[in-house]
Amino acid sequence: MAADEAEKARGKRAALAFAAVALVLGLPLWWKTTETYRASLPYAGISALGSLRFQLTVPVSVVFAKGALPGAQQRRLPFADTQEKESLLNPKTSITSRYETTYRSATVTEQAALATAAVQEADAALLLLQEDSLGALTVYVIPEISPLLPQGVGVYVGKHRSAVMRCPQGPGDVLAAVSARVQQIVQAMSFTTDSITAALSDRVPMDQLGTDTRRPFKSSLGYEITFSLLNPDPKSHDVHWDIEAAVSGYVQPFLDKLGLVANFSVDSQILYYAVLGVSPRFDKASSSFILSALSLPHVINPVEARLGSSATSLYPVLNFLLYVPERVHSPLYIQDKDGAAVGTNAFHSPRWGGIMVYNVDHPAPDKALLPLRVDVDMVRVMEVFLAQLRLLFGISQVPLPEEFLLESPGNKGLTDWELDRLLWTRTVENIATVSTTLTSLAQLLDKIGNIVIKDDVASEVYHAVASAQTAMLELASGHLGSAFQASKEAVISSERAFFDPSLLHLLYFPDDQKFAIYIPLFLPMAVPILLSLVKILREAKQSKKEPTKTD
Amino acid sequence: PHWVSGPEAEVQRMAWAVAAVLGLLLLLGSPGGCGGSPGPPRDSLREELLLSPLPSGDIAATFQFRARWDSELHREGVSHYRLFPKALGQLISKYLVRELHLSLTQGFWRTRTWGQPYLQAPAGAELWVWFQDSVTDVDKAWKELSNILSGIFCASLNFIDSTNTVTPTASFKPLGLANVTDHHLLRYAVLPREIVCTENLTPWKKLLPCSSKAGLAVLLKAERLFHTSYHSQAVHIRPICRDASCLSVSWELRQTLTVVFDTFSIGQGKRDWSLFKMFSRTVTEACPLASESKIYVDISSKTQENELLEVTPPPLSVHEASVQGDRRTYAVYDLLSPLLFNVSRSLNVQLKWKRPQDSLDLSTPVLHAQRYVSGYGLQTGEISTLIYNTHPYRAFPVILLETVPWYLRLYVHTLVITTKGKENKPSYIHYQPAQDRRRPHLLEMLIQLPANSVTKITIQFERALLKWTEYTPDPNHGFYVSPSVLSALVPSVLAMKAEDAEKSPLFTSLFPSADGSSYFVRLYTEPLLVNLPTPDFSMPYNVICLTCTVVAVCYGSFYNLLTRTFHVEEPSRGGLAKRLANIIRKVRGVPPL
Repeated sequence: MAADEAEKARGKRAALAFAAVALVLGLPLWWKTTETYRASLPYAGISALGSLRFQLTVPVSVVFAKGALPGAQQRRLPFADTQEKESLLNPKTSITSRYETTYRSATVTEQAALATAAVQEADAALLLLQEDSLGALTVYVIPEISPLLPQGVGVYVGKHRSAVMRCPQGPGDVLAAVSARVQQIVQAMSFTTDSITAALSDRVPMDQLGTDTRRPFKSSLGYEITFSLLNPDPKSHDVHWDIEAAVSGYVQPFLDKLGLVANFSVDSQILYYAVLGVSPRFDKASSSFILSALSLPHVINPVEARLGSSATSLYPVLNFLLYVPERVHSPLYIQDKDGAAVGTNAFHSPRWGGIMVYNVDHPAPDKALLPLRVDVDMVRVMEVFLAQLRLLFGISQVPLPEEFLLESPGNKGLTDWELDRLLWTRTVENIATVSTTLTSLAQLLDKIGNIVIKDDVASEVYHAVASAQTAMLELASGHLGSAFQASKEAVISSERAFFDPSLLHLLYFPDDQKFAIYIPLFLPMAVPILLSLVKILREAKQSKKEPTKTD
Repeated sequence: PHWVSGPEAEVQRMAWAVAAVLGLLLLLGSPGGCGGSPGPPRDSLREELLLSPLPSGDIAATFQFRARWDSELHREGVSHYRLFPKALGQLISKYLVRELHLSLTQGFWRTRTWGQPYLQAPAGAELWVWFQDSVTDVDKAWKELSNILSGIFCASLNFIDSTNTVTPTASFKPLGLANVTDHHLLRYAVLPREIVCTENLTPWKKLLPCSSKAGLAVLLKAERLFHTSYHSQAVHIRPICRDASCLSVSWELRQTLTVVFDTFSIGQGKRDWSLFKMFSRTVTEACPLASESKIYVDISSKTQENELLEVTPPPLSVHEASVQGDRRTYAVYDLLSPLLFNVSRSLNVQLKWKRPQDSLDLSTPVLHAQRYVSGYGLQTGEISTLIYNTHPYRAFPVILLETVPWYLRLYVHTLVITTKGKENKPSYIHYQPAQDRRRPHLLEMLIQLPANSVTKITIQFERALLKWTEYTPDPNHGFYVSPSVLSALVPSVLAMKAEDAEKSPLFTSLFPSADGSSYFVRLYTEPLLVNLPTPDFSMPYNVICLTCTVVAVCYGSFYNLLTRTFHVEEPSRGGLAKRLANIIRKVRGVPPL
């Protein structure tokens, strides 16, 4: 009987040992060999980026020329003042504009520069005296009676990052009046809540925005600019354009100035037999052909098939088409919604590019002279394309009061403060893009547990989060240049992480197939172990009960 | 997409603002001299169509569009395109391509019955590229280039990878201007599986300056072009000398398209043909951008009596040339000549045979080849190539290039080359063995072909087992082996005088000709279709089930053995039989067992 008991105990121990091996060795081994590698991600940082509280700080210095302020107030200089304005776009997005204004009186050299005869000269001279930092603005206040500004002009906004204003004369607090005026100038030269809201258009419901906000191209690291000459009728027109000179003369300086914002490449092509998608209507009164604004949406699509995308890069393409209408359809004019002819004979399509119709003068219906040689007047063409280019980049003018005088941007086609305006909006847009990209990436990875997260993807995500945070901090401390750089880096890293091909491996591995593979092995192995465990438990219970019975 | 036309007033206002600045610029003297007198056209276009009746009675139509651009594409900043397509120009300047040859072909050129082709291409897709010596990572550039070409031509060129790319040492020399012939800059790949169709033709046509709206390209109607026995379209880009002194380089883009119409089937048994019958179009004008636009009709006949066939309308001129060792006569229609369209508004070239030609003139070409796979079973096999030299008295060497995928394991020791029953030792062999899943076999040989002989090359192979994910979706169809390539300088039967290559039609100017006594020929053999041992694809699951069952059975008995408790059986009252016996015994009054 004792031998029997010993045998029973041995059987029990063996079953328990099996169960233990399966639990201690088998389960972890199975778990380890079938798990997908998922590097840890900064989920906290990503969700913190989800709510964007922008604080945009503009350093402004207001410099008073001699005699601009009454003596009593002159003595209060220099002093600093900070104004903050917060606006809430939605529960997760808010913008705080913060103007750190320092008031001081002019130095001797500044005084000398302000004493020159013409305001343009003063602007150039003052440029040398300012430290060249992106986003920082200087406003010079000159006495009411100063001859520097022409009659009737209250404020002059220069080519660079400075403006000159007359000191308002009035009974009240002069400094308060000055600061109100400075506020107006600074908003025109840096950003307004509206321009920032437009940059955040993806996060804001559509009805809060105007139609213009969808016009500019989305922020990107580079753009391909393609000029295409469409000649649908090469039998009648032998069109030549000196695009190389035009690009190097007019477009390149503008792009050099924008080089900080993105990379650009410019190319051009001539397409023959490329016709517009709609046939124009003949107008008897003017004996010309009319393309009405309503039909413009149908013009581009058939042409676009011929344009060809850039084969060698992934940047968005800006298309500028110069269309020389066929002989039988010329002259061709574009009409706006009211039925009036558009002066430039051009139109643009948001986030796509622009089209200009270039009519050819036909001297006489003399067939023998065909094809007619046409040399395109590139100045006329380029001024339209440059204006469209500025619009497509979102460099548009702000409505200003009458007494403001804007200096023309010069041969660069872009002033320093316009560049700043662009940088403010682009930085904000970049950070918003990074936030959206990372949030959706985190959601995706959270939702699909099968996706492998490699270390390099994780490090890109970390870098993107860190750069976006840096960009936010730099914006708050008023360093526009470094903020923009950081936001650009954040975009690069986040895109790289989001589009990493390794994320696509093994996306589809359904559970039913997993069961089908596991069951033939696991079921026959698990059943005996479980049954003997149940048996052992039952016996243990009985042996516990038995002693109480006998006692 | 919805297009919103912008507020034009704003554009106009800004335009004036910019205008002021630009005006100022002009006064200062605009950089680059805007509005100066333009130089001579830096690019030119020539279009040609050659119609040649083939010995078998079919008719081959070969289009060639030559765009020439006097520009240094590799120089930084050249990005203004006119006749040269922008997509290809960008490709060449970005990847530093020296020469690019791409062909997409449906069907097989039957050299025996159709004669020597002007420019043959293997069935499927073929791509070979010479890179500049400044390219550091040729493989990377090759990979990216083929991916982009795949996008441009809507072809599966993205399937080109290291398993089907080779670097031939002797077969493919640069056709253009080249001072570097280091073959490490060359990459060559063939995709024999590729099927060519309309979606490949459309992007090819889009590269033409006149698109398919004017000139000879009007004839390129997809539904007719693909209703043929052979369709091959190609793009050749190479640098050429700008002028005779050859001090500067121009770029040449040749777009060629060859189709072979089966005249018997489209012409109800007659051999007469016309442009309209073949293309269902006629030519009405030349492409206005072309500086040359010509249609050539091959009216040469082997016999002396020239009056076998009649072409209408009568040609304006006749051109005689020696092409591929043969004297040929061409009727030439110059579309740019004003005389041509004087009579009728459209040109419909027609050819009539004066009397029915019963005995087809089937003279076999000097060099032709054929290839087949032999053997039985799914383990081993043999590839045999037959090369024919029908020249009556001249022997000449030929370079043979074989590219065999890694899953056919070639045994080089079984390579046998026999001519007229004797062993023929190749004078040059370059063999690069395959590496599994990495690169294919490459075998290049220079073989001397004696006059009037057949040379047989055989090599044995073993079929490899693939991993189950490596099989194509239709594995029982078989696996393609790309055609072998024969390159040779074939001696001509007739003595040729060296001519101005630029003048003669089509391809004579593409290949370099050494002298008048021989001409260059590149031939492709048939692609092979080889069956590999193909498993049942539910196999992995079956294997999992079987192994699991075996493991479970072993484990079960093992488990039973270890955990079962053994104890001595008490003698019981016995089984049913014993009890039954006892009952019977009781009845009988006998003591129980």
